[in-house]
Amino acid sequence: MFKEEELKKISETRLKYEEEVKKVTQKYPERKGTFSTCGGISVERLYTPENIKDLDYLEDLNFPGEYPYTRGVQPTMYRGRFWTMRQYAGYASAEESNERYKYLLQQGQTGLSVAFDLPTQIGYDSDHPMAQGEVGKVGVAIDSLEDMETLFDGIPLDKVSTSMTINAPASILLAMYIAVGEKQNVPIDKLSGTIQNDILKEYIARGTYIFPPKPSMRLITDIFEFCSKHVPKWNTISISGYHIREAGSTAVQEVAFTLADGIAYVEAAVKKGLDPNVFGRRLSFFFNSHNDFLEEIAKFRAARRLWAKIMKERFGVTHPDAQKLRFHTQTAGSTLTAQQPENNIIRVTIQALAAVLGGTQSLHTNSFDEALALPSEDSVRIALRTQQIIAYESGVTNTIDPLAGSYYLEWLTDEIERRAQEYISKIDEMGGMLVAIERGYVQQQIQDSAYAYQRAIEKGEQIVVGVNKFQIEEEGKSRKILRVDPSVAEKQIARLKALKERRDNVKVGDVLEEIRKAARDESQNLMPKILEAVKAYATLGEICNVLREEFGEYKESIIL
Amino acid sequence: MEDKKIRVIVAKPGLDGHDRGAKVVARALRDAGMEVIYTGLRQTPEQIVATAIQEDADAIGLSILSGAHEHYFREVIRLLKERGADDIIVFGGGVIPDDDVPILKEMGVKAVFGPGTPTSEIIEWLQSAVQERRSRERV
Repeated sequence: MFKEEELKKISETRLKYEEEVKKVTQKYPERKGTFSTCGGISVERLYTPENIKDLDYLEDLNFPGEYPYTRGVQPTMYRGRFWTMRQYAGYASAEESNERYKYLLQQGQTGLSVAFDLPTQIGYDSDHPMAQGEVGKVGVAIDSLEDMETLFDGIPLDKVSTSMTINAPASILLAMYIAVGEKQNVPIDKLSGTIQNDILKEYIARGTYIFPPKPSMRLITDIFEFCSKHVPKWNTISISGYHIREAGSTAVQEVAFTLADGIAYVEAAVKKGLDPNVFGRRLSFFFNSHNDFLEEIAKFRAARRLWAKIMKERFGVTHPDAQKLRFHTQTAGSTLTAQQPENNIIRVTIQALAAVLGGTQSLHTNSFDEALALPSEDSVRIALRTQQIIAYESGVTNTIDPLAGSYYLEWLTDEIERRAQEYISKIDEMGGMLVAIERGYVQQQIQDSAYAYQRAIEKGEQIVVGVNKFQIEEEGKSRKILRVDPSVAEKQIARLKALKERRDNVKVGDVLEEIRKAARDESQNLMPKILEAVKAYATLGEICNVLREEFGEYKESIIL
Repeated sequence: MEDKKIRVIVAKPGLDGHDRGAKVVARALRDAGMEVIYTGLRQTPEQIVATAIQEDADAIGLSILSGAHEHYFREVIRLLKERGADDIIVFGGGVIPDDDVPILKEMGVKAVFGPGTPTSEIIEWLQSAVQERRSRERV
């Protein structure tokens, strides 16, 4: 990007500057001996054209909507349409969550994001012994299609896009969503949304796995195949770095492990005979937006460029849409403090701004009270307003990728890409992500980073405002927080019992048997059988039990 | 026998998968010279109590971020009493609203450490709590 001559002049002038710096620092030393990003990348005092002298505009950045998509996946980005403002929500019963969704849509939210309770995520009905104490706690309890009908009552599925944070039983919840659409007379090919469906990061970081890796990968690729044919607007997976980062990884590890997971899914689907030019268009990603503002922006840009290269060079993908990394972002829950919680509003603002400057397609902003409890209605509204203020007032959406060309940002984008690629090569050498997870390599890397971060906080090397500096007394402050009514579980169990008495149980037995047969025969796609089963009001737990019997259950390898 | 190492179970009860805090605390306790048994995810109260008794633990630390803390602390303490092992110290942490802390303490939970607690604070507290327990035992 720069002429040889000019670079030479800059180099010479830099020496003068450095002498000047030496004089100044002798008198006034800098705050620290070394500076680094939140993720531990060393940061220089100053970046100049010298740091990015090899940058080739068309090859490395290019125009928005053009390979390698460093500057964004669409030609007009937020000048055309803002990102989707999508707040993750759901608690207690389907009725209560339905009310919260209608409230959020009324407040100007543009997409839904369903939080399920843990029993649902792990494939237990609300009456299962393991569900005790957990029903309706971190999300809505869904046992059968009946609950799903209530959840989306009065919400036209052809008008909203819905993201569902569901992994191990993703096919079942997707089937229920399709069935609700049918009842609303919405054709299957008009449905749009996302299922998380990313089991590898469950083994690594999030913990809501059910089945072992092999059958889990089959369930996932069955969904790829089914949706390619029938639900073309559905994002079949949201390959998630979010939870990897929350578990303590660095920004580089987040990119590396997420894309390595992506590689594993593409490989599995290709092995099944699917065309990456087709299913590749419906792969989506989910990243964290953490505290280090510029590192995060660089991270998003680096991830986009690296994924495009992987799809093109490694998998020979030619369709541009299958090279584009489209992603959802959530601000970093782990950075929220219980101390002086109002400070979290500012943290979330900075993180959200990084996501927008990094070109996100959708965004969830955390509520400031989430280190204390489930978010209240007021705090959720402030979180949504944060996005609206960035969109409508800050001006950053007027031009695309406005920080491109910054010496530091471009250098850092390169650096993150380079370091992530190193990790990916190492994982390749091990035999791929499944092996790396089995050996506990990935988990160990993340845990080491998490522990190092905690040590840095305790040594005062990493300041957390209000926690290890600028503390105040805050005893005895009772806050208005959201509580889940303890009767939710009882009511849910009663509803489930009534359903089981009312439905055609012979039919349910038959459809479950069909699932069993399909589970045993890898050449069959499980999706159509699961769709039949949910329509017959077979429950989530019943379907998962059949699959547990056929596939077995995953056992965590404990790494400390 | 003043030097006998402190033995502590760090457990994740129920279905909650947030294990960063539990693992960081477990590692910090281990680095402080304690013997730490980390159970991994999805432990039932029965499993946790059985492990604690079998391992002759001084203390059980439960980490819960799913909002199900009341249920799991209650169950663990009930089972410890049932098996005559309620001298084992129970403490915990996670996302636990301030208003719930007195409820847990009433049940017999000795300490609750919220987000942002330095691990050094947990270590110091546990060392003195175990020392007190052991001196009581000798009397």
